[in-house]
Amino acid sequence: MRTFGLLEKGDISLTKPLDSDVPDVATGFRRPQRSALGRRFRATVTAYGFLGPAMALVLVFFIVPGILLLILSFTELSSANFNDPWSYIGFDNFSRLFTDRFFPKILRNTFFYVFTTLILFNLGLALLLALVTTNMPRRAGFFFRLVWLLPRLTPSVVYILMWRRIGQADPFGIYNQLFPEFLGASGGNLFLGGSPWTFVILTNGFIGASFGMIIFTSALESIPKDLLTAAKVDGASLWRIIRDIKIPLIKWPLLFISTYQTLSLLTSFEYILLLTDGGPGLFTTEVWALTAYKRAFASYAGNSQWAFGATWAIVLVTVALILAVGYVKMFKFNELIEEPRIENL
Amino acid sequence: MTTTEIAPPLPPVGLLPKAREKMGRRFAYGFLILSILPILVGYAWLIIATVSFRTEGLLPRNAEGGIGGFTLRNWDFVTDAAIWNAMFNSLLIALAMVIGVGIASTAGGYALSRMKFAGRKGFLSMTLVLHAFKAEMLLIAIFFVLRWLGDIPIIGNFIGFNSVGGVALVMIALELPLGIWLMKGFFDNLAWDMERAALIDGASRFRVWWQIMLPQVRPGLAALSLFTFIAGWNAYLVPFTFTIGTKVANMPVFLNQLISDTAPTNWNQVAAVGLFQMIPLLIFFIFTQELLLNIYAGGSKGS
Repeated sequence: MRTFGLLEKGDISLTKPLDSDVPDVATGFRRPQRSALGRRFRATVTAYGFLGPAMALVLVFFIVPGILLLILSFTELSSANFNDPWSYIGFDNFSRLFTDRFFPKILRNTFFYVFTTLILFNLGLALLLALVTTNMPRRAGFFFRLVWLLPRLTPSVVYILMWRRIGQADPFGIYNQLFPEFLGASGGNLFLGGSPWTFVILTNGFIGASFGMIIFTSALESIPKDLLTAAKVDGASLWRIIRDIKIPLIKWPLLFISTYQTLSLLTSFEYILLLTDGGPGLFTTEVWALTAYKRAFASYAGNSQWAFGATWAIVLVTVALILAVGYVKMFKFNELIEEPRIENL
Repeated sequence: MTTTEIAPPLPPVGLLPKAREKMGRRFAYGFLILSILPILVGYAWLIIATVSFRTEGLLPRNAEGGIGGFTLRNWDFVTDAAIWNAMFNSLLIALAMVIGVGIASTAGGYALSRMKFAGRKGFLSMTLVLHAFKAEMLLIAIFFVLRWLGDIPIIGNFIGFNSVGGVALVMIALELPLGIWLMKGFFDNLAWDMERAALIDGASRFRVWWQIMLPQVRPGLAALSLFTFIAGWNAYLVPFTFTIGTKVANMPVFLNQLISDTAPTNWNQVAAVGLFQMIPLLIFFIFTQELLLNIYAGGSKGS
């Protein structure tokens, strides 16, 4: 019965199976015999019946695309030879990727984008917001956290529309109107002119900060109150309480957000696509994920290089998978996979 | 009174504690308001722009360049069939997601929470990894999968590339790891006495799931539904990648076409369409605040 070789020692049931072949004392009726194997088989079939829709979708939209992406990266499929059979070209795409003239720049951009956004917003601002909002009356804190949820709730197109309007050139841009000749606002278009990175990081950071904020808030609220009171009685300053009590106690949520958000920043590109599309100019704000997407779907010459795009993507998918597995292991999520308490019936 | 025996309070250093606390509070509120200012300004512009002839910064301007120019002309689009078509597509995607993710994750979550079967651990670990893993990079390959699905006779037209059904299917699949994981958690928290009693009495697993378990996880299902509805309603990247033209465009794609295709862009009309699209979201925002803050802690869309 070890179809998948995945079951372990907790497998054998300790409770007495209900439909055992012991005759009912009162009626003398003997239930039809069913072997343990047959019972397990039936239970598995039922379980797969329940899981069927989910499994089918995961297979068609995760597993198959994953394999397909790998296959594609070894072909030269593009819209120019779309109707031809796929031809194997070995590692040509990979050598092309690593020798690309803009490869160093894209790599630098990706690191810069991921870590700046992560440290300043997804961790830094998130922690600050959580600390401040848990240190004020509950309702006020709740209100501000709710307002901070707005960017996440706003459709990406509308959200980017607002930021574009903020950074637009005179006389339309809001920033240019509010702060003329200040902080380098020259009256020009800010997200396509002077400071594209500032805008890329701001737009993504404002979305990212709220997630950490919510997680940190619940972690901070679960710190025992007497611990903080004791520290206060001892005359600890606010800063010391934060540094020596609060931060150490939310170490795990901090680590969780760091890894989780590193992964999502690495693979997400929707807001950059909408705001700068990797520009202005050549690859100024283009990150790895966006490059993969653009090579495959929107190349400059109107030629969709699916295979080359897939090559960029498969590298990132590999990195993301390693990170994801590591993160599941690190946080011992495996413990959540414990055996169900109810026995097969 | 024995106050004399207690050491007198230390002389105040700098500000009195009360005053210091007050200043700290002012500083906290100031910081919070300042930090969220770009978003507030963004919304302010959106609202001002929808009812103005044109805007410069946050100021509404009339045709002569003076302050003013109040108009409802930007809302003329509500008589345009194209926008209702996009609205309908958005609604279709969002509802398909609520139903699809709802059914697949309550059924799957139940099996994973309550049953023992070969492959359980494998599937659970995979779901967990897929939940952390972001699927945007798979879009390139999903493009081919959708084209193949489109080649299936008859139903291919409804679930293939460039169809609302195809977009919905991809969106459902991408939300599934989160959905299954969430629902499994809700089932895990239920007592199993009632369920066991029903099973002993001879009820089928399906009947137990439908009649006994589902009513108990209703709050969880409601949270998941709200989350998936918002995800479907706001979907941009997947519909943008897998549809061509306006017939199958949903609201965000339609809005982006409005921004990039017409030159010069009529920003005020764009703002009105954007606000129009946000009406259901604002309703949720006002009436389901607690729920929203909770479900977004579930760890879904992380960037």
